[in-house]
Amino acid sequence: MASNSSGGGSSDRQRIAQQRLSRIAGHLQRPADGSSAIVAAECKAQGSRADVPGEEKTVPRRRQEVMKWNGWGYSDSRFFFNKKGQAEFTGKRYRLSGLIIPGLKDWFEGTFGASLQHKTPATPILNSSAVQPPNLNEAFVEEVKSAGIPFSHDAEDRVFRAHGHCLHEIFALREGKFGRVPDLVVWPNCHNDVVKIVELACKHNVCLIPYGGGTSVSSALECPPEETRSIVSLDTSQMNRILWIDEKNLTAHVEAGIVGQDLERLLNESGYCTGHEPDSMEFSSLGGWVATRASGMKKNIYGNIEDLVVHVRMVTPQGVIEKGCQGPRMSTGPDVHHFIMGSEGTLGVVTEVTMKIRPMPEYQKYGSVVFPNFEQGVACLREVAKERCAPASIRLMDNEQFKFGHALKPQVSSIFTSFLDGLKKFYITKFKGFDPNRLCVATLLFEGDREKVLQHEKQVYDIAAKFGGLAAGEDNGQRGYMLTFVIAYLRDLGMDYYVIGESFETSVPWDRVLDICRNVKARIIRECKDKGVQFSPLSTCRVTQTYDAGACVYFYFAFNYRGLSDPVHVYEQVEHAAREEILANGGSLSHHHGVGKLRKEWMRETVSKVGMGMLKSVKDYVDPNNIFGNRNLL
Amino acid sequence: MASEAVYTHRDPMLKKRDDFEDILEERRNSSDLRYALRCYTPVLYKELTPCKASELKSMVLQSDQLHYVISQVCKETGMAADEVQVEAAAILEEMAHRLQLSTVRFFAFTLSKVFKTLFRSICVNEEGIQRLQQAIHEHPVVLLPSHRSYMDFLLMSYILYTYDLALPVIAAGMDFMSMKFVGEMLRMSGAFFIRRSFGGDKLYWAVFSEYVKTILKNGFAPVEFFLEGTRSRTCKSLTPKLGLLNIVMDPFLKGEVFDISLVPVSITYERVLEEALYARELLGVPKPKESTSGLFKARKVLSEDYGSIHVYFGQPVSVRSLAQKRVDRCQFNLIPRHIPRKPGADIHSFVNDSAYRLVRAQEENMVLKPWVLVVSLLLQNHHQNQVAGQKQGMALDELTEQAVWLRDLSRQYGAFLHWPDHVSPSEVVSSSLSLHRGLVRISEGWVQLASEQGGQTGPGEPRSAVPPEEELLNQAVITLSCASYRNQALHIFLRPALLASAIHTASSSNKQEVYNSFSFLRNMFSNEFILCPGATVQDFEEACFLLVKTGALQINQQEFVVTERGHRTLAFLTSILDPFLQGYQVVCRFLCEDATEALTEKQFVPAVRKFIIKHILTGRLRYIEVLSSDLQKNSLAALLRLGAVRKLKGGEEQGTLKVNKVMVNSLEDTLGGKLPTQKAVVARL
Repeated sequence: MASNSSGGGSSDRQRIAQQRLSRIAGHLQRPADGSSAIVAAECKAQGSRADVPGEEKTVPRRRQEVMKWNGWGYSDSRFFFNKKGQAEFTGKRYRLSGLIIPGLKDWFEGTFGASLQHKTPATPILNSSAVQPPNLNEAFVEEVKSAGIPFSHDAEDRVFRAHGHCLHEIFALREGKFGRVPDLVVWPNCHNDVVKIVELACKHNVCLIPYGGGTSVSSALECPPEETRSIVSLDTSQMNRILWIDEKNLTAHVEAGIVGQDLERLLNESGYCTGHEPDSMEFSSLGGWVATRASGMKKNIYGNIEDLVVHVRMVTPQGVIEKGCQGPRMSTGPDVHHFIMGSEGTLGVVTEVTMKIRPMPEYQKYGSVVFPNFEQGVACLREVAKERCAPASIRLMDNEQFKFGHALKPQVSSIFTSFLDGLKKFYITKFKGFDPNRLCVATLLFEGDREKVLQHEKQVYDIAAKFGGLAAGEDNGQRGYMLTFVIAYLRDLGMDYYVIGESFETSVPWDRVLDICRNVKARIIRECKDKGVQFSPLSTCRVTQTYDAGACVYFYFAFNYRGLSDPVHVYEQVEHAAREEILANGGSLSHHHGVGKLRKEWMRETVSKVGMGMLKSVKDYVDPNNIFGNRNLL
Repeated sequence: MASEAVYTHRDPMLKKRDDFEDILEERRNSSDLRYALRCYTPVLYKELTPCKASELKSMVLQSDQLHYVISQVCKETGMAADEVQVEAAAILEEMAHRLQLSTVRFFAFTLSKVFKTLFRSICVNEEGIQRLQQAIHEHPVVLLPSHRSYMDFLLMSYILYTYDLALPVIAAGMDFMSMKFVGEMLRMSGAFFIRRSFGGDKLYWAVFSEYVKTILKNGFAPVEFFLEGTRSRTCKSLTPKLGLLNIVMDPFLKGEVFDISLVPVSITYERVLEEALYARELLGVPKPKESTSGLFKARKVLSEDYGSIHVYFGQPVSVRSLAQKRVDRCQFNLIPRHIPRKPGADIHSFVNDSAYRLVRAQEENMVLKPWVLVVSLLLQNHHQNQVAGQKQGMALDELTEQAVWLRDLSRQYGAFLHWPDHVSPSEVVSSSLSLHRGLVRISEGWVQLASEQGGQTGPGEPRSAVPPEEELLNQAVITLSCASYRNQALHIFLRPALLASAIHTASSSNKQEVYNSFSFLRNMFSNEFILCPGATVQDFEEACFLLVKTGALQINQQEFVVTERGHRTLAFLTSILDPFLQGYQVVCRFLCEDATEALTEKQFVPAVRKFIIKHILTGRLRYIEVLSSDLQKNSLAALLRLGAVRKLKGGEEQGTLKVNKVMVNSLEDTLGGKLPTQKAVVARL
């Protein structure tokens, strides 16, 4: 089926061209003057000529070349238990790559009651024949083709864009099950391509679902099963250029398909950064951040996406929406950017964004603090927020998560380091009297001038000392941040052995942080028990962001599903209950993951009936025929 | 653990209950001193950070809640903040417990001695103790014992000490504190004292509620209080008071704890120590003032046999599961939690429903002794003979036969009856009678209620020169004491009895008619008995189910047919409710005929009592127990609730009762079956 696709051939050709291009050494294109006419001209040329002396592309059109089809991240990077039963991480991309992690097995077996004997391997190969044949709108396809926009209805391409990374999505893929998938994938190369595609979609009444990095965890990419029109996935990954950098105003104008790591790398080459680093930044895209109101780890210095965005361009069925100037703040009625940010692909496609940039920091330093208990840790974070002296990042892990992080320690290279570790442990637990089953750790990341960083560091450690905190070294801090990048890979490992899990987040006022952490964790444990989960689940949390008036809390939850007939359903029930608990304890529906379809049912109580009506009326005006029909949010 | 089924309506026969162990047995066989001094290491709440009583106080005084209210009070009164703070500290000082293990040990020793003298046994369900222990470990716990005697909380602490469980802090009324020394002793054994009324005192309320919540949230100790608010003088469960329950539920509703376990505890005394005291009180004969020596002074008390006590620790009830799908906890999200707010209507009705369910759970696990059945029969017989003008009392054989019949019936209705199986029924009845020999007289196989307390007047002796009124009151003391034992069984028969009476009074045997009548009666009596609000249909169905199941009733196409053998059951059931029906009618009549325009609430009880005495003496009313002020107050409360009587507020006429005579009259007629229910219902609306 794939072979008879006309798009397939064209995309192959393109791929070869891309690969060739990627070998051309080059630098960032000189800033263009941003006029759309010129951009369009470049764009037109793109399909066949090497006009973009681009960097090596992280995300090719055929994602399957570098990424897993049924798990997280790069194909070459994964955890596995070797013959000796030791965990290893493959590949070369990460700090953990190629290392042995001796503690993981015991922690894994001890925490989940799992056993290496009981495997649940995934379906190895994507079976294209199990994918529904595409329901193509021929007229639309013809016109896309004549517009010279690459497209494909290859089964693999379509499956890749039919899901995010919710547990149920990945679980189904591992079992080789596919629900409704997009019927066509298109890869616009620039803003004007998008304008054309949206125009054609309106003309032929096809459903468009924008696709950025595919890291959604809110079922936002799921095709609505009730959708009868042809569904076209609009993959922005090829719109990944920095169009200009304005050093006077410290802004950069960037195509929205660029993924986080490319954006940072390219800016770094010019000595700048955005500082926006969500945990998914390897794969998530700028457009996706805008569409979901993303938050970055270092928001304390750089701000969240809404603070970073200066100008946005979005293509809607009614036309293009954008502001007429780049003023840093305006009093011009409700900010139209706020209809765009968080619209989750229901109104249109974000194509270009002007973002604030900063000179790259001179100095970075990790750090960590051990607290005797979680209460003290939260009190310290609260104080830090009150003093408004939060480092670039400050996160507080609870005891379970601290143990988890500990289990991920790679094999130590020398006897000396292991001796030092032992000594540290002795000092903290025996000398300082910290209970190893209660202590918790805050990880810190400082950024800026060397001198200021050291000053800042002292200030933060002084506050921590008031709450019984002990400095616990850079290494612990750095490992804490590494955990966030490999956690998704670890989930795949768990899924090989009957363990499923997920994370979810919320934001909550300071006075409720402790209560929400305790209650949600307890609720998860109770719900698991009630639902017949045999082994007590991993139910852990961390405070990942501090604000003046509250904090962002992240929950991790995983359990061993042996003996359950429908583990995903159990998982969903528990997650549902946990979300109810969050809301009942004054937490928000989401801090930065978004609503998607997963959390839609709570939107009304979140924004009130009138609020829903407002959002609905915007949708009705902008997209009366529901071209952007992913049915998120409302 | 804490199951959602606090109380299930369906087949009561299927109720499972634990077995009992006698804790006095060990006391009789080993040293009390060693027992009092033994190592005491209770299981504590898993998230407890230990803290001294003084730290607890400062936590309360430094709480945001209290600070907020203090600043409010300052604004309102213009007082200085530190003055108010001092006042708050003084309130707390007056209130707070000072639990000391040494005092507890002292009590453990002395109570062992006292209990062994007074009681044959103290039986406790050990499985309940295990459940409680588990609950204490998992979540903050609230103990909710039934309240029939001053003994209750000493007994509770004694049992918890015996089983090595965490000792509770107990909300006690201020009146105890006036008993010098004893008050302090109680304080040191874990009691804290609250004023009976502090209506508008914001500061007092704030200190008090914060104190209770602080203890509870941190899991320092189980909190114990009495849902019924006060000792029930009638041995019927009292309708629950919501104040403290509101306070203890608050930390859960506001998310400050994951869950709270409420543990209903049913304490049944075979003989209540305060038996005669209560009867006197209900009759308006003033009770002796509480004094240190008061309770145990009378040597008579110590020399008597008070039978056994049964203490049943019920299934812990999770507040979380009670609140599930009932309360939207998000309502607390928009205002800082330390700012006090009056609970909204939904919270109020939730707490109210929960309170009823909990009192029902207490009722369910009350142990019934054979005496309770025997005395019910004797009372009924007494009144029937009175009407027929026959000789008072009944033959022992007949009483035994009836008791056996009633035993079987009550078992079918799910009663928690302790009827010894290995003893012949006649012995069971005899021994019951002998334990309560102050209340009954047996001679030559003939049983009747004692006619006067203390010395019995034999039939041959000439009537002494006591005025009839005084003689009546003396008789009433006996009758009310007996009624209080019968009342212990009321909750078993209540729903079927309401149905039986409804069938009796309804104009036809049509199901809808009967239901209307049932619903009317149930509504009328909802201050008198524990009837969960809004559960009319369930109660009706339960009653139908029981009567049909036991073959007393058939339902043929929406028609109720009483079966041949059902007549006896229905006759018993209607008679058990009859005193209340008559009583309410008399109160109505009083309000229509005899009440003056200026009658105040305070004057109500003496006036109605006078009216009733007149009626009884002239033979127009046969139920002496109607003299119970409890019944009179309950009927007034019902009439107030139904709007047939209004209470004026404020001004010179504060507390004056305004009677809607037409409505009261119609209610009286409906109760008497003279008026179809429909009309009364309409009148009410």
